Amino acid sequence: MTTMAEPAAVLPRLYRVASRQEDTHDTVTLQLTEPAHPVPAFAPGQFAMLTAFGIGEVPISLSGLGDSGDGRAQRLQHTLRAVGAVTRALHATQPGGLIGVRGPFGTSWDVPSAAGRDLVIVAGGIGLAPLRPVVLAALADRSRYGRIVLLAGVRTPGDLLYQDELEWWQRNGVEVALTADWADRGWSGEVGLVTALIGPARLAPGNSVAFVCGPDIMMRLTAEALVALGIPADRIRVSLERNMRCGAGWCGHCQLGPLLLCRDGPVVGYDRVAALMRVREL
Amino acid sequence: MSSTVAARILAHPFLAALTGEQYAVLAEDGTPVVFAAGERLFAEGGIADRFWLIERGGVALDTRVPGRGDQIIETRMAGTVLGWSWLHPPYRWHFGAVARVPTDAIAFDAASVRRRFDADPAFGYALLRSFTPVIAEQLQATRLRLLDLYASPAQARQAEIQRADT
Amino acid sequence: MHTSEDSAGRQPPAGRVISAADGLPALFGALRGRGYTVVGPAVRDGAIVVAELASVAELPFGWGVETEAGRYRLRARADTAAFGHSAGPQSWKSVLHPARARLWSADRVTGTVTADETADRPRYALLGVRPCDVRAVGILDRVLTGGQHVDPVYRGRRDGAFIIAVECTEPGATCFCTSMGCGPGADSGFDLAMTELVDAEGHRFLVRAGTQAGADVLADLPSRAADSTIIGHASTAVAEAADRMGRTMPTQGLRQLLIGSRESLHWDDVASRCLTCGNCTMACPTCFCTTTEDVTDLTGDHAERWRRWDSCYALDFSNLHGGSVRTSGQSRYRQWITHKLGTWHDQFGSSGCVGCGRCIVWCPAGIDITQEVSALAGLQRAADAATATEP
Repeated sequence: MTTMAEPAAVLPRLYRVASRQEDTHDTVTLQLTEPAHPVPAFAPGQFAMLTAFGIGEVPISLSGLGDSGDGRAQRLQHTLRAVGAVTRALHATQPGGLIGVRGPFGTSWDVPSAAGRDLVIVAGGIGLAPLRPVVLAALADRSRYGRIVLLAGVRTPGDLLYQDELEWWQRNGVEVALTADWADRGWSGEVGLVTALIGPARLAPGNSVAFVCGPDIMMRLTAEALVALGIPADRIRVSLERNMRCGAGWCGHCQLGPLLLCRDGPVVGYDRVAALMRVREL
Repeated sequence: MSSTVAARILAHPFLAALTGEQYAVLAEDGTPVVFAAGERLFAEGGIADRFWLIERGGVALDTRVPGRGDQIIETRMAGTVLGWSWLHPPYRWHFGAVARVPTDAIAFDAASVRRRFDADPAFGYALLRSFTPVIAEQLQATRLRLLDLYASPAQARQAEIQRADT
Repeated sequence: MHTSEDSAGRQPPAGRVISAADGLPALFGALRGRGYTVVGPAVRDGAIVVAELASVAELPFGWGVETEAGRYRLRARADTAAFGHSAGPQSWKSVLHPARARLWSADRVTGTVTADETADRPRYALLGVRPCDVRAVGILDRVLTGGQHVDPVYRGRRDGAFIIAVECTEPGATCFCTSMGCGPGADSGFDLAMTELVDAEGHRFLVRAGTQAGADVLADLPSRAADSTIIGHASTAVAEAADRMGRTMPTQGLRQLLIGSRESLHWDDVASRCLTCGNCTMACPTCFCTTTEDVTDLTGDHAERWRRWDSCYALDFSNLHGGSVRTSGQSRYRQWITHKLGTWHDQFGSSGCVGCGRCIVWCPAGIDITQEVSALAGLQRAADAATATEP
């Protein structure tokens, strides 16, 4: 007798766009809701496979869990940049439009495991989106953690995500330092590489846990700088990205050496991947 | 005066390789300075006769681009060293520098420090060894910024196309 | 597993003997009577492929193969053996993990996403699964159903499948199942296991059951009890096959060797020969990589997602941010062999290779996975010796 096991892992659920917020010229944050069901339990760091029907599917990290406002259901928040056919279609989806959602998949940032320590959050470019849930989780349980330090680098000031929120975070216990690759005189943040923000942050390496997300090279350099400062590699977590076709461990695309990033990642301890990230074309 | 300076520069990890004696010697050429927000430390092309340890505040390196005005190249935060054009001829600043906010620093007399290099090569070597990692780091950082890693694939392709066309 | 252990004194499970003449047709009848679609070897287009069989007559009686690196030819056998061949271009993954499958259909008008119907999917009886391929099915089981998420397409086909293993008495020139510890005898993972014997006494099979379902089918076939002579005969044939493997693979320290070879100069050497055509991944019974394609009709109201085989040799396999991570041939060959023999252990707890030799046969450049491992091992030994002699 044949059985169809777990079609849920393969079948996208139909979500509606509840709201659409343009963050920058090419980035948008969508709030997704499934009217009939509560949103599944996504942990910070996990991702969903989002389907633009008839076009394709891509992995997008959770950037937050929004409130529907009535206290009942939550919404999935995904910040995405229009870079290809699928993301352009998702990016263009207006409120009321349908998007397919599979997930959650992958490992989480595991913020609670950093209880009692300083959180050092380093974001490069759109890497701030998967890290936003770390800030929110820490703020939701503020007394549990030491300092919350956010260092974020962007291409230009116009590419900075969540600008209003950043101010709110700053007023509510997050130390925020920003830097841009290029800026004009109107920018009050630094100009230069995000790693230049590390020294002046005066971190306590013995009591810090780092969460790093951004382009591969930026993550590698940031992690190395943090290691040089004295933060042990197993207390530095990076969020890696590779091509994903299934998100569930079957398609083989997301391999980085021995790791299947949809299953063993995307969040991985730097101690596990430091050597892998240095190998060309791995 | 110089003993206060010595105490202040002792706090900078940048000079960690110096011996106690070398600190004292360097401190003799150091003077505490204060800059108001917007005050220019030096202009591009000017004589590189000083270098600074920035203690509080921040400085922007800039350059005047014809048709585009003053462009900020990089900012230097508290705890960093500013200026290395004084190390080698022609001793001219490659860029300008402006204080972005009220800034406290220790300014060092470059010509005097250079004379001390000639008199005491060991001192010169120690200071050069302090500077070279800083210069290398800045070069690396600049190279990485050239890669434009935060660019979207479309932006990167655009840049590639433009480069190919020229 | 070496059946020489059996001939050394351990009694194999009691079996029955069926003849090719009436036993095989009865087997077909018993399977079809239970609603199975029988899939097995058949001669098609100059090769022995995996095909749906309407009758016993479609089995490749009297057909053998000549195989070597980059070479496969059918040859007429001197006897009427039906299973005296190896390293065909296809494996049982064509049945269980098909090259194309629709995952779901979506309708914008009704607002529904529907999984593909499996209620009327055929149940397959796989006839003639060599021990290497039995192990390969077990490996696919682990990859596709042994993790947190179960692949519904594979599960749908695997759950109802009936497996008839055929022990190997005639290994091919590129076979090395003994090195990988999964042949030439079959010890588990089957409903029925057969050993084919063709000689002066006739064309018959020693058959034993591995499951109750297998025992039920066996009970329906005209058979006689297996005496110690025929049991000894079969076990000797299999034991001798173990000694006639065409290749060997040193598996000791293989995972570590590949980790240490990431920056090896050897990859340049392979890249000068490898066409990155991906034949090896298509022929390999454990390669499982797939990709998806979303399609829509002209109105845009109806969309489907299809899944198809993919290969790590494909240039866009490692697509990221508009380009590929692995663009060079070196990196793609390295990925395939390192995954198959090394990181598969980290990901799935076993080797990904079963020593079937298909990749060697079907490589147009004749690249031999066992030789590549030897080359890497040799380079590693030389490097170790060089560092050992450093003062």
